[in-house]
Amino acid sequence: MSELSELYQEVILDHNKTPRNFGKLETANRKAEGSNPLCGDKLTVFLELEGDRIVDISFVGSGCAISTASASIMTETLKGKRLEEAQRLFGDFHALVTGREAPGSGSLGKLAVFHGVSEFPVRVKCATLAWHTFQAALEDREEPVSTE
Amino acid sequence: MSRLQPLRRDPAAGTALPLLDLAAVRADFPILRQQVHGKPLVYLDNAASSQKPQSVIDAVGNYYTSSNANVHRGVHRLSQRATDLYEGARETARDFVNAAETREIVFTRGTTEAINLVAHSYGWDHVREGDEILISTMEHHSNIVPWQLFCELRGARLKVVPIDDHGQLIMEEYERLLGPRTRLVSLTHVSNSLGTINPMAEIVELAHARNVPVLVDGAQAAPHLPIDVQALDCDFYCFSSHKVFGPTGVGVLYGKARWLKSMRPYQGGGDMISSVSFEKTTFNGLPYKFEAGTPNIAGVVGLAAALDYVREAGLDRIGAHEHALLEYGTEALESIDGVRLIGTARHKAAVLSFVMEGVHPHDIGTIVDAEGIAIRTGHHCAQPVMQRFGVPATARASLALYNTREEIDALVQALRKVRKVFG
Repeated sequence: MSELSELYQEVILDHNKTPRNFGKLETANRKAEGSNPLCGDKLTVFLELEGDRIVDISFVGSGCAISTASASIMTETLKGKRLEEAQRLFGDFHALVTGREAPGSGSLGKLAVFHGVSEFPVRVKCATLAWHTFQAALEDREEPVSTE
Repeated sequence: MSRLQPLRRDPAAGTALPLLDLAAVRADFPILRQQVHGKPLVYLDNAASSQKPQSVIDAVGNYYTSSNANVHRGVHRLSQRATDLYEGARETARDFVNAAETREIVFTRGTTEAINLVAHSYGWDHVREGDEILISTMEHHSNIVPWQLFCELRGARLKVVPIDDHGQLIMEEYERLLGPRTRLVSLTHVSNSLGTINPMAEIVELAHARNVPVLVDGAQAAPHLPIDVQALDCDFYCFSSHKVFGPTGVGVLYGKARWLKSMRPYQGGGDMISSVSFEKTTFNGLPYKFEAGTPNIAGVVGLAAALDYVREAGLDRIGAHEHALLEYGTEALESIDGVRLIGTARHKAAVLSFVMEGVHPHDIGTIVDAEGIAIRTGHHCAQPVMQRFGVPATARASLALYNTREEIDALVQALRKVRKVFG
């Protein structure tokens, strides 16, 4: 059970149950859809950008605990950040969940709770869906993105 | 109480069937002996692909060890041996579905290719612009997309028979949709995502009353139910080897000879011709007209071994065992807080599709996998079914002849753990 409890940490279960920044963002000037049809995960990320600063960010959708908690914690983390910092975080987060970075290293903050994902390669796509959707929102892409 | 229909027993048969020797059956499947995550493997993903008995593994190995050559070609000994094995397998497949003639059996890459073959080769000359193909909401994508592609090409229309809240075909709607433009009915015998067993004989009778031929997708039926294409009187029947304990990459298409004769080839190539010149090519007879190129000979040999295995185990015994297991599993799953079964047809085979309140099926799959239990999570290549029931995905335990009550108990234990993790 130890790998499992590393994956389903309290923080993740909490964000799954009560996702933060959940809902449509009326002030959004960017949005994009992400979908992993094989799993049945689907979400939309809304962004309010001012220059290179993320003023506000939210999401709606449904998915597994990992994808929902990842979207929730991502929005918490990115709110108020500059784009450059957001890109660095995405890179570090991706390295963490794919096992290319040791747990706890870097300055991932709360995102570090996802280190357990690296033991479950098939769940990497769940953890990164929100991030890829955020990326697509930055580019205001119309085609839904997928990590499958 | 289970809602499942009790098995009908033949009163003339007197006593109940001899039971399946479960320990012996399990010993025949070497893969089941392993541990996964330190726990005994519990394989409940049989609707996706079944495991292989030693006899199938040996048949494939022996073929390559002692008989490998191309079929229908050489005068040499090995080619003759390979041809005998390949054509012997065709006779085994004929017997398995009780076809009238061996030439009515076409080997394909699987059910998907069989359906694509019929869509192309039957559709080409028999379906015109404005004509209709009738399928149902519970079809696997492989019995939806080939028809969509063909309908788009031809300007034909795809009509869909709806299902009720239990996952059963609404027969009144089926009758209503069988119209003057219907050129083919293509329906699944057993639903992969719901387990529903469709009343195929009745479906065929109603279609034939309007001169409409019927294709039966038997991918999920072959490992569980006796198939008799003559009794069903269906026009086409197809199934995949790998779901009936044979190798991947092989399948069977049965077609009534009069249809197969009237149809143009699916692919061109070697083996499907009588003579070739640049002016004109004459096609080979049945079934070779539909088997272009060197086939998956080893796969076909393995399939024959798998069909022999099923016949020896006895589909009546397999059916009785699985039915008892399904009743047991239905009751056990329903006893878990927040679990809802998707697919509660009266006539049902070997599939327990379910959702758990507050937990996404993907999370269920990961947690039960840690207990050594393999189930499928997702849309099961049946997205319209998911939409019909308003769920993004389900978790699915699908049974086979080697599964046991203890394995159902292990699944239930694991699901209680899921409940605990998610509160």
